Amino acid sequence: MQLRRPALANPTAFLPAADAIIKLGAATAVMAVAFLSRDAVTPAILLAGEGIGLALTGLRARDLVRLLAPLVVVAAVIGLTNSLLVAAPAGGLEARALVGLALALRILAIAIAGVLALATTDPADLSAGLIGHLRVSPRLAVGALASLRLVPILGTEWQTIGLARRARGVDAGRNPLVAVRLWLSAVLTLLVATIRRSTRLALAMDARGFDSGVPRTLARPPRLRRSDWLLLGAAIGFALGAVAISVALGTWVFLFG
Amino acid sequence: MLLLGASGSGKSTLLTHLAGLTDDRGGGEAEGELRVLGQPPQVSRARTALVLQDPESQIVMARAGDDVAFGLENRGVPTDEIWPAVRGALDAVGWPYGPNRPTDQLSGGEQQRLALAGILALDPDLLLLDEPTASLDPDGAALLRATLERILAERPLTLVVVEHRVAEWLPLVTRIVVMAEGGGILLDGTPADVFVGHDEALARHGIWTPDHAGRRPARPVVPPAVESVIVAEQLTAQPPLADRPVFARLDLTIRTGEITALVGPNGSGKSTLARLLGGLLRPQSGEVTASEAMAPGHAGSVIWRWPARALVTRIGFVFQDPEHQFLTGRVADELALGPRRAGVAEPEAVKRASELAERLRLGGVWDANPFTLSGGEKRRLSVATALATAPRAVILDEPTFGQDRRTWDEMVSLLAGLADSGRAVVMATHDRPLVEALADRTLRLGAGT
Repeated sequence: MQLRRPALANPTAFLPAADAIIKLGAATAVMAVAFLSRDAVTPAILLAGEGIGLALTGLRARDLVRLLAPLVVVAAVIGLTNSLLVAAPAGGLEARALVGLALALRILAIAIAGVLALATTDPADLSAGLIGHLRVSPRLAVGALASLRLVPILGTEWQTIGLARRARGVDAGRNPLVAVRLWLSAVLTLLVATIRRSTRLALAMDARGFDSGVPRTLARPPRLRRSDWLLLGAAIGFALGAVAISVALGTWVFLFG
Repeated sequence: MLLLGASGSGKSTLLTHLAGLTDDRGGGEAEGELRVLGQPPQVSRARTALVLQDPESQIVMARAGDDVAFGLENRGVPTDEIWPAVRGALDAVGWPYGPNRPTDQLSGGEQQRLALAGILALDPDLLLLDEPTASLDPDGAALLRATLERILAERPLTLVVVEHRVAEWLPLVTRIVVMAEGGGILLDGTPADVFVGHDEALARHGIWTPDHAGRRPARPVVPPAVESVIVAEQLTAQPPLADRPVFARLDLTIRTGEITALVGPNGSGKSTLARLLGGLLRPQSGEVTASEAMAPGHAGSVIWRWPARALVTRIGFVFQDPEHQFLTGRVADELALGPRRAGVAEPEAVKRASELAERLRLGGVWDANPFTLSGGEKRRLSVATALATAPRAVILDEPTFGQDRRTWDEMVSLLAGLADSGRAVVMATHDRPLVEALADRTLRLGAGT
């Protein structure tokens, strides 16, 4: 198991340079509309807009495909399954297909909005944004950031623990029950290793005066520029616009309607 | 000042006390009074700085500059003063990259220099270092010491450093304090005061002396039967995401009666090669096979395909971190596990376990949980478990990492004894004295070779 942070997008492109919290807000607006609209037209319009967003990520086409391909597959599978399982709608086959299509498009619109916000955001900027804009406690935001850094290290450690078991003459062979038991005991070993590592990290953070009662400053305080507000406005306007078009076409269906 | 003492004499604890980082919540007992810079240590905390042994777990941020800024942010330093201070601190440690360098792409030595920059940015009066070079390769360690030497020449700092290996640190220190096992101070004075005439007392307390390193144990002039056991052919290893292999088309034969040392800087593939030879990893290309002597009737069989219970009877493997290997809640079970897995009858398995416990001074902790042992005991236990199935070959990854002189001496004579009794021994290590004391053959790995 290899866990690695995906390579960050080109930091000077429009979306990576935008404020982390603004991006989250913009994504939330799009996600909310995709969630609340049950028709296929609204998410289709949203997806068209997200296409523009993808062009602003600064990611290479190859990385984009790698990032999005699994999402498309998952959305398609869920859509297909639902169109088969849906309780006999009036209108037969065509209606079934439409239900599945709408669901797949909605899932995709929600997922891509999330990707647009998160794949273009440095975790440190997100943490600074949480502290700077949303007044989240630094103890929480910086603590979460620091533990995020341990994730790839734990991946390597997990691998080592697996090898160490083989070296001790222990493997599951073909017995699934033994495999589960071994997996649990490896998890326990990883837990011990994690606790030891986090204790050291906490000590190192304490040694540098973390959470010592002094009001903390930010080395790179998040600054909102005009382009950030434009981005947020555009996203909200676009999300509401998608609903408006769908209503005008007479296709819009409210989730709880 | 250099602070010495055996494992468990409380050196690291003393450092955390000096840094003002202990509190009463953790349990345990503390008595007596401590004044740092004339104040209680919790008050003087802002003027002291601590660097720990493990470089990986003291980096907080994803970019080098942000990490140096972390302490300044905590101090409440205004934003426009942070970046000049960050640049100054990075310059002071001779930082070879820009401030945006991702911290997960740094070597151990670079991470330690970054940690040093992070505390220098806070302009401390007292610098506390807890085995700062223990996990570094010799070149990385030398660079860190040179950096420290320059900083000490430029700034009026007090330095307190805990290290096992003294020789390399002597040029930097003017005073040595030796902590006695079981409490108290054994010796305190200039390096000459401490080391001249006290060799025996220091050895008794498990403390390194500058000239101790590299004493070779007596070995037979003519080695016992030399047979090849593991044959590696055309091995290539390339880490994921790396653009070139760490080693390519490597041929190596491991023989009984011989001690082979794998050396090279961090990231040169020592551990990977050890794991390939130990049948733990599948090679990306090339083959590692066993000889007839290793696996009678299965000459030429591919080692990584062996089931674990066959592997454990033929190759003993010791990992750098003993805790990764522990599988049971009791030392006795830990020792008997290998023989049990290999199908040895119960009375015989227990007998072997108790013999090993006797030989490696683990009898006193027979019923203890392996995770609660001291560092030296954990190391001895992990080696003992690898020997329990009487394998033909023993492979060790950094067997002396963080060990005091007593465990080190034991390890040296144990490994020499293994080779002399007809085992093959392979060790991947940074420890130059260990290589000098034991290696019959040294394989130097370097980037791209």
